[in-house]
Amino acid sequence: MNKEKLTNNAATILSLIAIFGFLVWANSYASPYVIQILNITAIYIILSTSYNLVNGVTGQFSLGPNAFMAIGAYTSALLTLTPLEKEITYIIEPIVSPLGEISLPFLPSLLIAGVTASIVAFLIAFPVFRVRGDYLAIVTLGFGEIVRVFATNAVSITNGSLGLKGIKQYTNLWWSWGWAVVTVFCLIGLVESSYGRAMKAIREDETAAQAMGINTFRYKMLAFIISAFFQGIGGGLLAHLLTTIDPKLFSFFLTFNLLIMVVAGGLGSMTGSVIGAVIFAWGFEILRWFEEPHKIGDISIPAIPGMRMVIFSLLLILIMLFFRRGITGRWEFSWDSLFNVLGRKIKLPKTS
Amino acid sequence: MTNIMTIKNLTVRFDALEALSSLDMEVASGSIVGLIGPNGAGKTTVFNVLSGFIRPHEGSISFHGKEIARLKPYKITSLGMSRTFQNIRLFGELSVIENVMIGFHLSYNSMFLGPLLSLFGYKKIEKEIYERAIMLLDRTGLLNLIDEKASVLPYGLQRKLEIVRAIATRPKLLLLDEPAAGMNPNEKEDLMKFITKLRDKLALTILLIEHDMHVVMKICDRITVLDYGEKIAEGSPQDIKNNQRVIEAYLGEAGVAES
Ligand SMILES: Nc1ncnc2c1ncn2[C@@H]1O[C@H](COP(=O)(O)OP(=O)(O)O)[C@@H](O)[C@H]1O
Ligand SMILES: [Mg+2]
Repeated sequence: MNKEKLTNNAATILSLIAIFGFLVWANSYASPYVIQILNITAIYIILSTSYNLVNGVTGQFSLGPNAFMAIGAYTSALLTLTPLEKEITYIIEPIVSPLGEISLPFLPSLLIAGVTASIVAFLIAFPVFRVRGDYLAIVTLGFGEIVRVFATNAVSITNGSLGLKGIKQYTNLWWSWGWAVVTVFCLIGLVESSYGRAMKAIREDETAAQAMGINTFRYKMLAFIISAFFQGIGGGLLAHLLTTIDPKLFSFFLTFNLLIMVVAGGLGSMTGSVIGAVIFAWGFEILRWFEEPHKIGDISIPAIPGMRMVIFSLLLILIMLFFRRGITGRWEFSWDSLFNVLGRKIKLPKTS
Repeated sequence: MTNIMTIKNLTVRFDALEALSSLDMEVASGSIVGLIGPNGAGKTTVFNVLSGFIRPHEGSISFHGKEIARLKPYKITSLGMSRTFQNIRLFGELSVIENVMIGFHLSYNSMFLGPLLSLFGYKKIEKEIYERAIMLLDRTGLLNLIDEKASVLPYGLQRKLEIVRAIATRPKLLLLDEPAAGMNPNEKEDLMKFITKLRDKLALTILLIEHDMHVVMKICDRITVLDYGEKIAEGSPQDIKNNQRVIEAYLGEAGVAES
């Protein structure tokens, strides 16, 4: 290992320790409100980076992450709820046989949620990737609706439109940020490997990618499956943070928000997706101010519900006007670039 | 000399248009074969069929003794055939070295479970791919450009990079679609040297579509001439130069151009 690599690894470890320290502090001193937003931030990071793998890195315009989140949320919640809780919750129709009796700890439930979402992604990859471009968007959009309709109508499995209540609030800063870190590391590792390069090749020119010997269907499917895994995990974390879920929660609006994060951050850049998620989670809270009544001097402004969505959309338009390719473009954060900016004078030979 | 590829009775139709009419062709191992003909003769269509992008309606293609007509493009590339495109198709947003590294993909990513299995070994594999790409770019004189975005390179270098990227898949047969198009005479000279050097150093067989007769006559061992999807002549450059049907086909094209 050379010196540059050592410095970079040290920098990574130091920043992880810094994040850890911050979380320890927040855990004991921050208000429940701030802790809630920190949890949401981490979940958004998981969701936006994994969405970026399909939309940004591989260039496949999917609109289905809300479906995979729903699958993950329901799967994990059904697994952590105890048989008794399920019996009480399912008042319209009793829950189907094996599901009613199972009860698992949080971690295996989350993992099963991720794997279930991946399996569904694998199955729908066959019809989904037969089509390209706009059609792909429409097919995945339709899939999201199918999952929602299923969640509403398969009452003996999902408890229908009543949803699931009384889910234990297992998600805390350690779970949410732990998964966020794992997700980001896995995805960056993937994107920087030859697998990630094959995905980028598909985005750049699918015909040329095939001519390079890339089985494009397989790589699109791989991106889709890995992305679905983390979206399933994200959905599971969200369910165990909010403690209640119902089909309405997983509407297209969720996908739309993710799209904003990924596009505003910089389609194709994981750094951009992280920044997009952080800005979205906090920006949305800060803009809450505009929905409250105010008194400036003699003028009193009434509360305007929905105002922050208007402002958010305006900001998005501004970002897209001035940074056509999002905040980061395709740029990725690296310690080298940071050190260079900070004025590292000695230029070491580039190694990979 | 053995044939690396034998094409028999190849026929391609686009609706009413017969773009290729029962084409027979043989390509000898280690040779540079020219594929020429007026615009719209069906040359690029031949490449598209060979590389798997178009399925022929009839005919067979035996490559290294293996039937490859109707296989998927990635499969054909993995069997040792690689191509460039008439209208350059680089991965424009990616750097020069990334373009070449993608070419090496075949040597490493055979398994679907690879990302999981190579989670631990992947840094080592990455380093190896990087070093091989550096070596290839060094030998082909593109080393000073590794970090440039492919789409900002001048035209001639883009053509060259596309050839280098095709080489990275380690082909036995290389298909070049009008590599000299848009080049000035100096660049064309360099390109000719480059192509012959590739053939000699890498023991390649090369099938070349080219409009510049000077280039074709100088570097090709054999030439096949197409016109309206049919083979009208075949032979050494000398034979082709004096072939009456070829002269007529090209005169016809010149006549159309003048009118
Ligand atoms: N994908 C396609 N669909 C319909 N017609 C095509 C297609 N590809 C080529 N052609 C037609 O087939 C004929 C041969 O084209 P092409 O092989 O590109 O010629 P060349 O490369 O010799 O100039 C032309 O008339 C062209 O218009
Ligand atoms: Mg052509």
